[in-house]
Amino acid sequence: MRSFSYGRADSVQSAVKDIAGNQAAPDAANATVKLVAGGTNLLDLMKADVMRPVRLVDITRLPLKTIEETAEGGLRLGALMTNADTAYDERVQARYPMLSKAILAGASAQLRNMATNGGNLLQRTRCYYFYDTATPCNKREPGSGCGALHGVNRIHAILGVSEHCIAVHPSDMAVALAALDATVRVTGPGGERAIPIGEFHRLPGDTPHIDTTLRADEIITGIELPAQGFAAHSTYLKARDRASYAFALISAAVALELDGGTIREARLALGGVAHKPWRDRAAEAALAGQPATRDSFRAMADAVLRDAKGYEHNSFKIDLARSVILRAFEEAAGLEPS
Amino acid sequence: MIAKPTFPDLLHAPGAQIGKPVSRVDGRLKVTGAAKYAGEFNVPGLLHGYIVSSTIAKGRITRIDTSAALKVPGVVQVFTHENRPSLAWFDRKWKDQDAPKGSPFRPLHDDRIVHSLQPVALVIAESLELARYGARLVEVEYEAEPHQTDLHANRENTFTPGKDKGGFEPPPPPRGDADKALADADVTVDLEFTQAAEYHNPMEMHASTVLYGEDGTLTVHDKTQGALNSQTYICNVFNLSKSQVRVVSPFVGGAFGSGLRPQHQLFMAVLAATELKRSVRVELSRPQMFSFGHRPETIQRVALGASKDGTLQAIIHEAVQESSQFENYVEIVVNWSGQQYRCDNVRLDYKLSRLDLHTPLDQRAPGAATGVPALEIAMDELAYKLGMDPVELRLKNYTDIDPNSGNPFSSKELRACFRQGAERFGWSGRKLEPRSMREGRELIGWGMAAGVWDAMQGQANARAVLGLDGKLTVASATADIGTGTYTVMTQIAAEVLGLPIEDVTFNLGDSSLPMAPIEGGSWTVSSVGSAVKAVCDMVRGRLVKLAGKMEGSPLGDAAEEDVVFADGHMSLRGDPSKRVAIVEVMRASGTQSIEEEARSIPYYLKRSKHAFGTHSAIFAEVRVDEDLGTVRVTRVVSAIAAGRIINPKTARSQILGAVVWGMGMGLEEEAMLDHRLGRVMNHDLAEYHVPVNADVHDIDVIFVEEHDDVVNPLGAKGVGEIGIVGVPAALSNAIFHATGVRVRDLPITVDKIRKGMR
Repeated sequence: MRSFSYGRADSVQSAVKDIAGNQAAPDAANATVKLVAGGTNLLDLMKADVMRPVRLVDITRLPLKTIEETAEGGLRLGALMTNADTAYDERVQARYPMLSKAILAGASAQLRNMATNGGNLLQRTRCYYFYDTATPCNKREPGSGCGALHGVNRIHAILGVSEHCIAVHPSDMAVALAALDATVRVTGPGGERAIPIGEFHRLPGDTPHIDTTLRADEIITGIELPAQGFAAHSTYLKARDRASYAFALISAAVALELDGGTIREARLALGGVAHKPWRDRAAEAALAGQPATRDSFRAMADAVLRDAKGYEHNSFKIDLARSVILRAFEEAAGLEPS
Repeated sequence: MIAKPTFPDLLHAPGAQIGKPVSRVDGRLKVTGAAKYAGEFNVPGLLHGYIVSSTIAKGRITRIDTSAALKVPGVVQVFTHENRPSLAWFDRKWKDQDAPKGSPFRPLHDDRIVHSLQPVALVIAESLELARYGARLVEVEYEAEPHQTDLHANRENTFTPGKDKGGFEPPPPPRGDADKALADADVTVDLEFTQAAEYHNPMEMHASTVLYGEDGTLTVHDKTQGALNSQTYICNVFNLSKSQVRVVSPFVGGAFGSGLRPQHQLFMAVLAATELKRSVRVELSRPQMFSFGHRPETIQRVALGASKDGTLQAIIHEAVQESSQFENYVEIVVNWSGQQYRCDNVRLDYKLSRLDLHTPLDQRAPGAATGVPALEIAMDELAYKLGMDPVELRLKNYTDIDPNSGNPFSSKELRACFRQGAERFGWSGRKLEPRSMREGRELIGWGMAAGVWDAMQGQANARAVLGLDGKLTVASATADIGTGTYTVMTQIAAEVLGLPIEDVTFNLGDSSLPMAPIEGGSWTVSSVGSAVKAVCDMVRGRLVKLAGKMEGSPLGDAAEEDVVFADGHMSLRGDPSKRVAIVEVMRASGTQSIEEEARSIPYYLKRSKHAFGTHSAIFAEVRVDEDLGTVRVTRVVSAIAAGRIINPKTARSQILGAVVWGMGMGLEEEAMLDHRLGRVMNHDLAEYHVPVNADVHDIDVIFVEEHDDVVNPLGAKGVGEIGIVGVPAALSNAIFHATGVRVRDLPITVDKIRKGMR
């Protein structure tokens, strides 16, 4: 770990002031002055010498730890509320069970007690090469190459990849938020702005070192959930190598609005497949008006995975994704095992 | 003196302490945090070391620049091969009790790189954080050379090792003509098995704290399975006398074999302490826990031939295993296949293939944990080809004689393991056909396997001191790596002298104590337990003599076998009213304390005429998600035959932990190497998977009764290892029963199951 200075923010404005104008980096991940809350990912990465901030601004005392009703009938989740408190909140459990389930599918109880909602969105990939400074990684060190492309890539992306990076975003929570069309509220020197969750995380392209559209001088203050929570017909399904404390091989947040046996609206966000939670709005739209049957869901899965591409060790994820999608929709629609 | 076993007859008498589920005597210290581990000893001015690890797998260091690190205030020194002191020259000085044939790795020896993550520099600073920061600033340039870390690519490039390591026996010569018998057999299977390399990863990472005394003596807190082994290593390598070095290791946070050899953090800490004349701690990071020994990657072939009634006609078991370029690590992988079943035609073959990795190292049931599952999966496949119940097939070929040596087993209650395990599990209701049970979206499968491990014994010493307060202290330089050594030794001592548990203290983990061998191979109860019994027998004999001399002794001149020791008293057998307190006997004779030291040696003559082993039968239920291919291990019954169980509570814990590890070995554990880099990539516990609580469901442990008066004076065999052997096979067999998919490559991950299901 390299030396860094430490400051504590007493307001959102003072936090912004502390991080603003400090660095050339365009994005939050590579900022040289970084915010720290739960620290469950940042401190590990600093110890591994993967992230090297020169200053940490502690925001744990900011008043962003509540859940509030929004005027639109949704909920606003405070950025500093812990993942655990969010998942176990009665309103979240009743109105957004898919989100609660997704959060509880992630990490371990100890980590969820520390990790915050804002930090969850900003966690970095778990790609082995990103974590090991002895190996090439374009995300860690732009231009050094992608170690995973022809290396150990069992957990890597099958959609939205580039030759520069095949890492996946590790969050479970973000997958459910993507399916819910949540909005990330941020504050910067110029004031507040709202970033739709679908635009918050990026695909790698030729700048894989930039994870999100959050700027280096901005702070996440909250996450807004729309009124529609799909509580009646939704689920989060995660396939992984062990029952807990493992990142998703494939996960799916699915939600249905049903009219009898007909699908009025369908949502699907995939985790473990790409550099961001993966949505395919065209495939979702095609489900509208279809009967809520296995055949419909199977066709949907095929459409979503049409362009999926496997590498040496992760080709199995394409077919696994198909199974997870189908199964998640079956569960959300209440279909019995065939 | 060398003790011969006397009284009491622990083999036959019901014990007051032995056989009781006594809670860990060190449990309170552990749960309250009072038990201190090697990395937890602090003194004012303690220096901290952080190791810089090689980024290449093979080559040489062309330049190493420590100037930036040395400029950091608080960084005291950086050690490299360029400024290390002159140390022992000959290989034998670097060899420890567990070293195989070859040239032991010497940290910071020269510019050669022989494996990735090899330590290349040690940064010493006033704090851990500064040392770690300094380590980032050390610049190392390498000239890389082509390396080979891929066993599959190198599998033809092998050699046959000799008796290259203590405890290793090369495969016995062939019996009969296995290849011909296989060709002639009615029913055959001929299969290849692979198993990934696994790293020990105990919870406590390796650490050494060296306290530098004013007189230059060293007190070394080391994570080790043998304080004496570490002491000897330090003395030999650094040319110090034993009086200058004391190694202390009272608590070890898991080791599983990783503490059998002194690891490089010990070398580093001693190097810095002796050079700087300061106290120093060096602790490995979790990624650095992947920088040394491991369970070697293995490729195996098992071919079995049987007649239609299931009688085995041929067994062929061949294994190729990795070792390093500099040592011949060997373990017994294939010999078990010549021992488990009766068969006239057996050919066993074991080869090594050198890779540019660190030397492998014993890991819980080394060799058996690798080889037996291959045999036991093959037996299951044979059972299916025969249309025979897998338990029946094993009983059909059962042997009470070790076919490898021709000697009878001192005891082998494996039949009882099969019977009791099957009954507890409900095996009799099983249909042979795969995919015959389901519930909801899950396919249910039942599988079983047998396990075997050694029952070894070594020489060990123990000392006992009985005070006038009636308190007994017994000591031996053995280790407790979480196994329960403190507790069972306390029980044995309390049993022999009839003392309450709380009046007995057992000390271990200190090189100043009487000699004990490294704690491995499940031989500690047998070796050290026998020494504890022997020394307490001697104290007992002294007390009987003193009582006889006592004026008006209530025991008269009773012989030792007529005196009963219980509740701190001695009484006449058959007449409990004739009774005197132990302390009274001592006081009457003016004895302040009774001190004895004993050495226990194995029954070499008896042992030479017998074969020894612990045995097990494992029954497992898995539930496989039909859509996803994910596996849950919902039930395991492990029936163990391991002689007399000194403490059923700690023994059960051993088996539980081993079954869980067997689940990890079967389903999760895998060092993933990038062969282009020659490096393990998943080198942390987020990505190197071991079972978590949520993976573990119902595990039931049965200890079958097994009487053995040959194995040692206690009749007890160790249980540290038998619990893991065979578990991966039981799981693989259960997964086949559930799904019809046979996976012979460990770990059995979801992708492999799905591949078969599609």
